Amino acid sequence: MIAVNHLTVRVGGFALADVGFEVPTGQYAVLMGRTGAGKTTLLEALCGLKPAVGGTIRLNGRDVTRLKPAERGIGYVPQDRALFQTMTVREHLAFALVIRKSNREIISQRVAELSRLLGIEPLLERRPQGLSGGEAQRVALGRALSAEPGILCLDEPLSALDDETKQGMYELLEKVQQSTGVTILHVTHNLEEADKLADRILLLRDGKVVCQKG
Amino acid sequence: MKLPPDSPVASPVRRRRDWPFFAGLAVLSGAYVLLIVAMLVADLSFTSPQHLLRALASPEIQYSIKLSLISCTLTTLLSLWVAVPTGYLMSRHRFVGKRLMDAILDIPIVLPPLVIGLSLLILFQTPAGRAIQRIVPVTYAIPSIILAQFAVACAFAVRTMLVTFDQISPRCEQVALTLGCNRSQAFWRVALPEARRGVLTAATLAWARALGEFGPILIFSGATRMRTEVLPTTVFLELSIGNIEAAVAVSLIMIVAALVVLTIARVFGLRAPLERVL
Repeated sequence: MIAVNHLTVRVGGFALADVGFEVPTGQYAVLMGRTGAGKTTLLEALCGLKPAVGGTIRLNGRDVTRLKPAERGIGYVPQDRALFQTMTVREHLAFALVIRKSNREIISQRVAELSRLLGIEPLLERRPQGLSGGEAQRVALGRALSAEPGILCLDEPLSALDDETKQGMYELLEKVQQSTGVTILHVTHNLEEADKLADRILLLRDGKVVCQKG
Repeated sequence: MKLPPDSPVASPVRRRRDWPFFAGLAVLSGAYVLLIVAMLVADLSFTSPQHLLRALASPEIQYSIKLSLISCTLTTLLSLWVAVPTGYLMSRHRFVGKRLMDAILDIPIVLPPLVIGLSLLILFQTPAGRAIQRIVPVTYAIPSIILAQFAVACAFAVRTMLVTFDQISPRCEQVALTLGCNRSQAFWRVALPEARRGVLTAATLAWARALGEFGPILIFSGATRMRTEVLPTTVFLELSIGNIEAAVAVSLIMIVAALVVLTIARVFGLRAPLERVL
C-alpha cells in the first residue's frame, strides 16, 4: 500500500505542498496531470530521489519518508528508461540481486523467470544500443522487478511507443501485476492508458491529488 | 488581406550567390591546415633516417626518452586519480564555493607555463616546502618533473572528466540507488563504466600535455643532462649548442608520439569530449 500524507516537496522554485493520496496493496493506480504539474517530482519523492520537506510517505505500512532510495523497496522505471549502456540485458536483470550479494543460482533462476515473463529471453546477451523502444521498456521493467519490490513506479512508460507496441505493453503490464501482485503507480497524461490499466485514477491538479476513480 | 502587387512587403528576395561565403570558409580553414602540414613536412625534409638513428643511439637522448615516457605515464595516472573524482564532484553536486573552485581549476590552463614553474619553485622554498624536501628532494630532481607536468596536465584531465560526466544523465545512477546501491556503488558500477571513453580521453590528453611540457620543467627542474632531461629539454639543449639536426630528430620523435595519442583518441570515438575541452 502507498499512503502519502501532507507531503511537501520543493525543487528549485517549484513546490508540491500538502499532497495526500492512497493506493491499496495490489492495485494499479494511474496518476494523471498536465505537463509540468509535478507528476515526476511526486514519483521521485516516493522513490527517495527528491527529499520531502514535510509530511509522510508510508509504503506497505512502513514509514519510508527519511529512508534512502535503496531501503524503500521500490522498483522505478524512469521516462527515459535509463538503461545502463555498458551492461547486457542479463546484467540488467541481475543487477539488483548482485548488489544484494544473492547467490549465483538464485540470480540465474530470477533472470530466467523474468525474461520468460517479459518475453525477452532471446535478448539476454544484447546491450541497450541494440534494442527497440518496446524491448528497452521491457528490460527497464525487468530490472525494476528483479528484487521483487512491493511497489512499482512507472514514469510515462508508454509515451515513446508506437500504437502496436503499446497494445502489447498493456497486456504485459496487466500480466506483470497479476503474476507478481505488486502495487503499481503509473504516471501518464494519456487517458487511454488510464482507461485500459487503472483500478484507481489519481489526478494531480494545482499541487493537489484528487481521486477520480476507485 | 491581399497585398497590392507593387507593395514593398511583397517584393521578391534579391538573389545572392552562396559561393563567396563557402570560398571564404575554405580559404581561411585551408590556410591553417596548410600551415600545420607545412610545419610537419619542413621537419621531415630537414632530417634524415641517419640523423634519427644517430639521435636514438645517443645515451643522453635515450635517457630523455626513457624519463619522458616514465614521467608522462606517472603524471597521467596521478591526473586520472585526481580528475575522475573532481570531475564527478563538480558535475553531480552543488556545494558552497563551487564556482570559485571551478575558476581555480582553470588557472593552470590559462597561466603562462613559466609562471607555473616559478610558482612551484617558490612553493618549495616555503617552510612547508622545505619540510617536504627534507624527506623527498623535489626541486631540480625527478619528482619536480612529475609535479610540473601534473600541475598542468591534471587541469585538462579534470575539464575532460567534468564534460564527460555532464554528458552522462544522472538518471542511471538514480535508478541504481533505487535498485539497492549506495552512492559509492552507483559511481563504481554505473557512472564510471559509462564514463570509460572520457577516462581514456582524459588520459591521452594528460599524457600529451605532459610530454610537451617545457617551461615549468626548465624553471622547477633545471635542464641537467642525464638527470632532469626530458624530450623538450633535449630539443632546447641541442638547439642551444647549435645541433639543429639532433633537435629536429628529437622533435620528430615527439611529433610521432603526439600523432599516436591523437590516433588513439580518434579511433575510440572520443571526438566530442575532446573538442569540448579544447
